[in-house]
Amino acid sequence: MNPFSYARASDVADAIRQIAADPAARFVAGGTNLIDLMKYDVEHPARLIDISQLPLKSIEETPEGGLLIGAMVPNSDLAYHPLIEQRYPLLASAILAGASQQLRNMASTGGNLLQRTRCFYFYDVVTPCNKRKPGSGCSAISGVNRINAILGTSDACIATHPSDMCVALAALDARVHVAGPGGARTVAFPDFHRLPGATPERDTNLESDEIITGIEIPAKGFNANYSYLKIRDRLSYAFALVSVAAALELEGDTIKEARLALGGVAHKPWRDPAAEAAMRGQHAGESAFTKAADLLLQGAQGYGHNNFKIGLARRAIVRTLSQAARGMPQSQSVKKIR
Amino acid sequence: MAQPGTAEPLRQTDVLPEKIQITLTVNGTRTGLAVAPWTTLLDALRDRLDLTGTKKGCDHGQCGACTVLVDGRRINSCLTLAVMKDGAEVTTVEGLASNGTLHPLQQAFIDHDAFQCGYCTSGQICSAAGLIAEGKARTADEIRELMSGNICRCGAYPNIVAAIQQAMERS
Repeated sequence: MNPFSYARASDVADAIRQIAADPAARFVAGGTNLIDLMKYDVEHPARLIDISQLPLKSIEETPEGGLLIGAMVPNSDLAYHPLIEQRYPLLASAILAGASQQLRNMASTGGNLLQRTRCFYFYDVVTPCNKRKPGSGCSAISGVNRINAILGTSDACIATHPSDMCVALAALDARVHVAGPGGARTVAFPDFHRLPGATPERDTNLESDEIITGIEIPAKGFNANYSYLKIRDRLSYAFALVSVAAALELEGDTIKEARLALGGVAHKPWRDPAAEAAMRGQHAGESAFTKAADLLLQGAQGYGHNNFKIGLARRAIVRTLSQAARGMPQSQSVKKIR
Repeated sequence: MAQPGTAEPLRQTDVLPEKIQITLTVNGTRTGLAVAPWTTLLDALRDRLDLTGTKKGCDHGQCGACTVLVDGRRINSCLTLAVMKDGAEVTTVEGLASNGTLHPLQQAFIDHDAFQCGYCTSGQICSAAGLIAEGKARTADEIRELMSGNICRCGAYPNIVAAIQQAMERS
């Protein structure tokens, strides 16, 4: 790691003041991604501002019947919180599908959103990477791209966002609460992460002097019919090749409302209102699920090694929706896929 | 700026930031030490406090050999800055036995021959202590899943699961 100076932020206002005063500084909370990237010399901040002690560790019910999750709530505490387990089991399941318990104990809710890609070339500092060094080129497009994106890519970048939690938050219509020098604002989940376009160095629309203070999830938790299915090279403790968050509201066998989001396939959790709208009013069965998969995967493009993801994603979507419809969510400990 | 395709040199600072005084309670003993901001908890334990039971495996949070308990929760000490744990209580594998009696997990790992080379073992045992405290694992499947952050390259997994089950039954 490079030498850096260290300071602790006493409250949110202090954190914003400190980051505004030093553009070369970075916030650190759980540190599970940033410290690792510093060890690889991908990140080399001159100063770390420790926000891990900020009073953003509660999970509170909102007047609208949803929850406001403090940005510093550890991932494990969030997954095991009774209100999350009961009302938002899709979120609990997605969190428990990611990382290891040690990392979930460390990682913060806000930091989970700000994870950087796991693209091999982003980590390998001797190769070109537009995300790490803008303008240097993308090594993945013609390189080893088995883990890379098939949707929403650009000529500059085919990286994926690595989070599982964010895929569930996208499906649940979460909103991100942020604060900055100009005050507080909330960002709808689809507007938080960006597609790479010509500026892949920017992962999100969070400004450099802003801080995430919390995540709000609306009342609707889809706790009867949901599933999170993660397909990866190992049974546990590996990033998704493809993951699917599915949530259904059923009236008998008819789909009243559907939510569908993919992980491991794009620079952000991948959702398309058209795919969800197409399921509404349909019989909850393979025909509707296949049509939704086709709509969600419209425009999918492989880059060689990752061509398999397109077919894998289609089958995973149909399977996950079917698990949700049957009320038999994928277990994150018993790995057999039913 | 370095050219594309070459590593960027480390940023040079004229004066290295000063060390920061922190207090850790490690295995029940309060210890003050001055650490550089970039000193990980793992390096502080091993190099400054001579507690070399905690191992440095990958140093990137991928193997679990560095697992210790901080305020009762298992974490990867390699991805933890010591300055960020000022005031914390840390338990390493050296702190598990009491009055010369092995911790039930240590005894169970011996009873079940739950290791071969032993390099991952202290991380496995600290992780399992965290797992038992969490109380979320009941079945072998759940133990396997919630222990997936600890890699054993000798492949002693069946015996590790059996050892943890024994310790769970007796705790």
